[in-house]
Amino acid sequence: MNGQIVAVYGSLVTAESQGRIVQNAIAFCERSDGARLLSEVVRVRGQRADLQVFEETRGLKVGDPVDFQENMLPAVLGPGLLGQIYDGLQNPLPRLAEDAGFFLKPGMYIHALETDTRWDFTPTATPGEKVQAGSTLGTVPERIFTHRIMVPFRWQGEFTVESVADPGAYTVEQEIAVLKDASGEAHPVTMQQEWPVKVALNCSRRRLMPKDPLVSRVRIIDSMFPVVRGGTYCIPGPFGAGKTVLQQITSRHAEIDIVIVAACGERAGEVVETIREFPELIDPRTGKSLMERTIIICNTSAMPVAAREASVYTAATLGEYYRQMGLDVLLLADSTSRWAQAMRELSGRLEEIPGEEAFPAYLESRIAAFYERAGQIELADGSVGSMTIGGTVSPAGGNFEEPVTQGTLKVVGAFHGLSRSRSDARRYPAIDPLDSWSKYTGIIEPRKVERIKDLLRRGNDVHQMMTVVGEEGTSIEDFVVALKADFFDNVFLQQDAFDEVDAATPAERQKFVFDKVLSVADMEFDFEDKEQARKTMVEISDLFRNLNYAATDSEEYKKTLSLIEEFIATRGRKA
Amino acid sequence: MRKYFDEIIRIAGNVVTVKAPGIGYDELAVITTDRGSSLAQVIRLEEDRVSLQIFSGTQGVSTGDRLRFLGRPMQVATGDDLLGRIFDGAGNPRDGRPEVKTELVDTCSPAVNPIKRRRPDTMVPTGIPMIDVFNSLVESQKLPIFSVAGEPYNELLARVGLQADADVIILGGMGLRHDDYLKFRETFEEGGVLGRTIMFIHTAADPVVECLLVPDLCLAVGEQFALEGKRVLTLLTDMTAFSDALKEIAIIMEQIPSNRGYPGDLYTQLARRYEKAVDFDGAGSMTLLACVTMPGDDVTHPVPDNTGYITEGQFYLRNGRIEPFGSLSRLKQQVNGETRDDHRAIMNACIQLYALCRESREKRDMGFEMSPWDERLLKYGDHFEEKIMDLAVNIPLFEALDRCWEILAECFEPAEIGIRHSIIEAHWPKPLAESGAEETAEAAA
Ligand SMILES: Nc1ncnc2c1ncn2[C@@H]1O[C@H](COP(=O)(O)OP(=O)(O)OP(=O)(O)O)[C@@H](O)[C@H]1O
Ligand SMILES: [Mg+2]
Repeated sequence: MNGQIVAVYGSLVTAESQGRIVQNAIAFCERSDGARLLSEVVRVRGQRADLQVFEETRGLKVGDPVDFQENMLPAVLGPGLLGQIYDGLQNPLPRLAEDAGFFLKPGMYIHALETDTRWDFTPTATPGEKVQAGSTLGTVPERIFTHRIMVPFRWQGEFTVESVADPGAYTVEQEIAVLKDASGEAHPVTMQQEWPVKVALNCSRRRLMPKDPLVSRVRIIDSMFPVVRGGTYCIPGPFGAGKTVLQQITSRHAEIDIVIVAACGERAGEVVETIREFPELIDPRTGKSLMERTIIICNTSAMPVAAREASVYTAATLGEYYRQMGLDVLLLADSTSRWAQAMRELSGRLEEIPGEEAFPAYLESRIAAFYERAGQIELADGSVGSMTIGGTVSPAGGNFEEPVTQGTLKVVGAFHGLSRSRSDARRYPAIDPLDSWSKYTGIIEPRKVERIKDLLRRGNDVHQMMTVVGEEGTSIEDFVVALKADFFDNVFLQQDAFDEVDAATPAERQKFVFDKVLSVADMEFDFEDKEQARKTMVEISDLFRNLNYAATDSEEYKKTLSLIEEFIATRGRKA
Repeated sequence: MRKYFDEIIRIAGNVVTVKAPGIGYDELAVITTDRGSSLAQVIRLEEDRVSLQIFSGTQGVSTGDRLRFLGRPMQVATGDDLLGRIFDGAGNPRDGRPEVKTELVDTCSPAVNPIKRRRPDTMVPTGIPMIDVFNSLVESQKLPIFSVAGEPYNELLARVGLQADADVIILGGMGLRHDDYLKFRETFEEGGVLGRTIMFIHTAADPVVECLLVPDLCLAVGEQFALEGKRVLTLLTDMTAFSDALKEIAIIMEQIPSNRGYPGDLYTQLARRYEKAVDFDGAGSMTLLACVTMPGDDVTHPVPDNTGYITEGQFYLRNGRIEPFGSLSRLKQQVNGETRDDHRAIMNACIQLYALCRESREKRDMGFEMSPWDERLLKYGDHFEEKIMDLAVNIPLFEALDRCWEILAECFEPAEIGIRHSIIEAHWPKPLAESGAEETAEAAA
């Protein structure tokens, strides 16, 4: 013990140290019943350190011992992360439940990886080979992936492989190689290593410009406001607008190798849904359960606030680790506002000068640095890996003019803004097609997307106008524009997340349907009156809606498609 | 070990600072003054200075008063002896009967491990179509009623409480008017559930700090019953009073407010309570219904806003009706897929059409001509409000679904309601021959 507590205020503890204090290093506050509460140095003043404690501080006393460490909050990296359910500090929750029962237990920490599992190791490096941080020494099969065992990322300089273990089964704690550094000192390597979560992990040759579309199978995203592998996007929206549902369906259907779900300060029930459902859902692309490609990091809203701040970084670190293996990772953080609020709570307790809405002045730079951890990289062996980050934002009062939304919009590549009026009218997903944007190119030709956006804008203008001059004051041409815009909205933008077929539309089908919808939008009609126009558009909308519910190439699908084609061929203005 | 301290160095708001070494954070103390004694809770430690919030307020506290620390956090008695009893916000009997001497548990237990939660899957029928059809209530759900003062929110709370068929009902009153408290008691008595009800009541006349304790007491007691396998329903009213009490304490502690004077941790404080709603894997459950009055009918006010971000939906009570817009049960899809094959389709279609009706009404109110389509929407809206939305309607789910079909058939053609053919074929209450697909074919010919 090299320190003791002098003050306690919420999750903030001030401690005096007799030795060295390292900013952002971890420390343990020892409660009188022996529990050691993990904490992090967040400010140093003289021999006093302010610590944010990752647990409830109930029962801590002035004078209780503090054990200051030198290392920063680490994540444990190695085979066995996939399919795990961790809390924000990477404690495996199933193991915690075995040991502690219904409730979490402050001060109880369990190693993130199973230490008795044996992994089938195949060496790839040979003695004498020159290696450096991130170089692959061998591989183990982990579920559906080939997991690379790499030289610890924090080792600096060049090493020579002295020996590599023979093929065989090893635990993460056993030595699988020995490396020699420039001075000739030998360093043993195991299959697990640690990395400080708040430091970006990137051992690559170079960063690439992300441009491969990441297909989420949500039509409005892929076709209108696309996301790319290695890109970033955000989903701001008022409560209940559908942020979490959107992330949940993305986590299921996205065409990506690995999904990391960071449930940050949100409802426990939502995590439970994922935990209970994923093991039973089969990923059609692999034939295995979805859990095989998923890692869940959860710090729900009732869990200690300080650990919430850490949880998104833990998630990002695990994502970066798999990216180092040439895999494509999608990190979904719900909600980044809770993470920002955790920063605000700490900043308030530290009595820092507050910025807007009492958020700390460094809020924007923290948000930027977090999204900056996304990216597509080219590894030393030429393979390419990526991490895409999608974060939800929960703005107070649903008003996007607030610091977290604004700070996020400055740095992300796509913005999927959810609107209250769309969700109230059950137009899901409630992404506002007029406000949202994406800087990326997706699966549909930009030229076609622009035409549709133009139609939507004009349709909206007509609707606006109609609220002033009424339907009777609107020309039939304008009226048809509004009907066409509504048609596109109804049959393409809206998608039923709870229907087996409609919930996910693969890229090919999206492109196909988009073209069909565009053909209808391009049709010229000779309508006698508005009622006939409306009826006609209702009819074709109804057909497309039925098409959406029909499995590709089913009887129903073919039948409906032929009716649609007949409509397109016969119902327009006769030339 | 009993520790007495009497060196009070600061009294402000409800907070007293005393010099006392060796005290644990969150610990309880008893302060004895001329007026009697009160509980107090440690909220800050700084070297040998301990700040405590005094449950009964600091009125009349003097620098000469004494504090005795109890060496433990807030606790509450639990178990069957509590059934039928009424307590105040400090956990003392309010019904003139003796103190309950059973096992004590700490309030504010740690979070439940998500692994130990079940997926909620049991619908709680209420007989209110706006709930059962459109926003089903689910066992273990946490759901607030948003309303303005003056709406019958406590009546609605009591009505759902009675219909819900829970093993134990716990009522937490915060800033409750005495009349409302009597009304609850009367309703539960008439409904014959008083014997399985426990009340923790803080009235507007009681000290504000006690208001803060009510949810924690209710939830700690409820949690114990749930752990014993009981299905608990906890009703909290009014969480805005609770939040205002939080605000008061935060300001005294000189915390920087984040929004309209409320502390930055309002979300966390509310979430820690609401998240106590649970369906234990291998034990019972706790469902949590709360009232949140919206100052100025403003849903963006920090209290309803933060609540909405925490709870699993909300019921908007306005003009004596549960509004279809804004009201939401996020757990509905866990149960409404198994009720009847048309449940979800009806739920979506009726609301979408009602939204369109609202647009037509706006147009009408602005004096525009109504198209035949508008006329149909208007007719639909009137029927829907009268036969479905009215809170007086009390019918079971299936009857309510049938009633929705009748209203739709009376107002629209099958192709107009946005429901897929297979479901329409099975449920459309009129013969289908002269409409739908046929009409499409005719028009094409
Ligand atoms: N795509 C969708 N299809 C059908 N229903 C949806 C869809 N998206 C959302 N909903 C409905 O809206 C409810 C709320 O959605 P969700 O939980 O995603 O909101 P949220 O934006 O995450 O809210 P919060 O900020 O409070 O977490 C869902 O429970 C569901 O009933
Ligand atoms: Mg959400």
